[in-house]
Amino acid sequence: MYAYDELDRTLINERVSEFRDQVKRRLSGELTEDEFKLLRLQNGVYLQLHAYMFRVAIPYGTLSSKQLRRFAHVARRYDRGYGHFTTRQNIQFNWIKLAELPDALADLAEVGIHAMQTSGNNMRNVTSDQWAGVAPGEVEDPRIWSELIRQHTTLHPEFSFLPRKFKIAITASEHDRAAIKIHDIGLRLHKNADGETGFEVLVGGGLGRTPFIAKTIKPFVHGRDILSYIEAILRVYNQYGRRDNIYKARIKILVHELGIEKFAKEVEEEWNQMGDSELRLDYAAIEEVRSRFSYPPYEKLPHMPDELKRAAHDPLFERWRKNSVSPHKVQGYSIVTLSLKPVGGPPGDATAEQMDALADLADKYSFGEIRVGHEQNLALPHVAKRDLPQLFKALDRLGLATPNVNLVTDIIACPGLDYCSLANARSIPIAQELTRRFANHDTADLIGRLHINISGCINACGHHHVGHIGILGVEKNGEEFYQITIGGRADENAQLGTLIGPAVPYAEVADVIEDIVEAYLALRDRPEELFVDTVKRLGVEPIRERVYATR
Amino acid sequence: MPLVKQGRITTDLFVDVADGAELPGDGAILVTAERFLADPEALLRRAGKTGVVWPNNRDLDELVPYLDRIAAVALVFPTFRDGRAYSQARLLRERHGYDGELRATGQILRDQFVFMTRAGFDAFEVKKDADADAFAETMKRYSVFYQPTGDGRVTALHRRMQLRHSESAGQ
Repeated sequence: MYAYDELDRTLINERVSEFRDQVKRRLSGELTEDEFKLLRLQNGVYLQLHAYMFRVAIPYGTLSSKQLRRFAHVARRYDRGYGHFTTRQNIQFNWIKLAELPDALADLAEVGIHAMQTSGNNMRNVTSDQWAGVAPGEVEDPRIWSELIRQHTTLHPEFSFLPRKFKIAITASEHDRAAIKIHDIGLRLHKNADGETGFEVLVGGGLGRTPFIAKTIKPFVHGRDILSYIEAILRVYNQYGRRDNIYKARIKILVHELGIEKFAKEVEEEWNQMGDSELRLDYAAIEEVRSRFSYPPYEKLPHMPDELKRAAHDPLFERWRKNSVSPHKVQGYSIVTLSLKPVGGPPGDATAEQMDALADLADKYSFGEIRVGHEQNLALPHVAKRDLPQLFKALDRLGLATPNVNLVTDIIACPGLDYCSLANARSIPIAQELTRRFANHDTADLIGRLHINISGCINACGHHHVGHIGILGVEKNGEEFYQITIGGRADENAQLGTLIGPAVPYAEVADVIEDIVEAYLALRDRPEELFVDTVKRLGVEPIRERVYATR
Repeated sequence: MPLVKQGRITTDLFVDVADGAELPGDGAILVTAERFLADPEALLRRAGKTGVVWPNNRDLDELVPYLDRIAAVALVFPTFRDGRAYSQARLLRERHGYDGELRATGQILRDQFVFMTRAGFDAFEVKKDADADAFAETMKRYSVFYQPTGDGRVTALHRRMQLRHSESAGQ
């Protein structure tokens, strides 16, 4: 965990006061709605279909039990008793009242939580691997760097009014759980030949109307130079990124229009001119931030405790363990993923009761720490293996032990037309229907890893382009239709999906998805060949033929 | 539109001169980039001060050779969501060493004062009287800053390091 000091706390409180003044000026009419819009967006407040929506940052996906309890409090006190975890390590509250927002922010600030730059055309919440610091084989904890970048990008005096939003993600593992290739800047932490820490810097990834996978702009930027290098990229973007058309304003378009070589050259020139600025991080500065991350006092525990051996006879426990429990870097411990995708439920939602109870479980079993991943699931990062059977029972009672992590019902979905003013079509009911179709966990197990991502419009908040199966809601003559892509992925081999056929109406989506899965089961080489690998091996055509033959 | 300078509402001594309009005698003038670049020497020879309104999409390189003889540069915020001039301001101050008046013009609300000051602006053509009146108060909104810029404010990281030094020195 990162411990905020007096300075961090002061800044958050100052931001709350500023926002309170802005709301006051709006309510008194001193600010027009147009002026206020930009100001509220800088602090995570959207106007949705029915109410204001409030998006709160969970930087690099790390939460304390105290902070999670405060989310429960906000959900209960200011909202309708639940919150929604997003694909970018944020939580959203959908029914907040404008006049009460400053108080909600003040309550969150008490536990070091803020909503700065969770929307608007600025540098958004820095995201990272939800297993940071506990994943086996990680180069080093990417959260040290995430925090350095979080601070540097917070209320930045030069880059708070960019052409468009700007997202940075960091990974330090070979397997990319942070989806860095679909970010404006993706950072892959690695070491050079001299053993020094640095980053492969990728730029220009993003989904939306014109999706691009990020390209490498520099294979190694030394850690001490990472802030100045990011600043150089942003300065080029701030000056030359398009502002004439909102759909062409992301950095991916600038990179695409200039070409990565030319863009890289511009950045390099700017970076060279910046020279050895104050942005260079010396060793002591990095260690200062590192010193404020605390790690649990792990015990020396056996690899296979008796409790686990005994519980192996319980098939329900075993199924959950095999699905949701992952190896930890410390022997005797596990990382436990908590599915927020119950059968028939909206993906990513958690009730205030669940949050409170989970905070208690985190205190009891995970050193008070909770993680949030971009798949809209939560995790307990430090669970002793001997405690797994107890934890399973407790999670099961809370409805947080659905054994579908990474399976067909572990669906990523945006809020869609049920909440969002931009949406063309509903997302949540499609997800709910699919979880009912594949409710049999044995079938889901048989199918294996399969990511379905659903967006209710072209803005792609549900990351449909990079779903193994992507579903995109569009509007045709006043009716909801859905385009379906297959073969996308968001990891280290990130790729955009390919359209499988003509768009289908709302009522047929679940049937088509079932047919796609059927086709895959028939076509796969062997049970271990994942859906996405079958698509890669065979291409879209054989699956298209089977699915559309009778349509 | 009130002008805030050195933290106070003050009379604007510069007169905006449209392209093609006659120059006033010896008074301070603000001219467009086109007019300035058409004959910079003639303008700079005048007894009165010369300021230039520089668009936010024009490269600063053309202006740089004259910076030490220019009294004011006005950078433009066509709407306050267009932040290009923040980069121009920092480049003028921090890279090109410009130390004359750096004025923000366009849609300027109080909510930009801290950002603008940190980027190097020291004069503001503020849209609303109430915002101009609130300048000093608004500048007190923040006491903690994460980024080093040319304005010399000490960053949070520096304060932490100093604290560490003094703590270890006291041991």
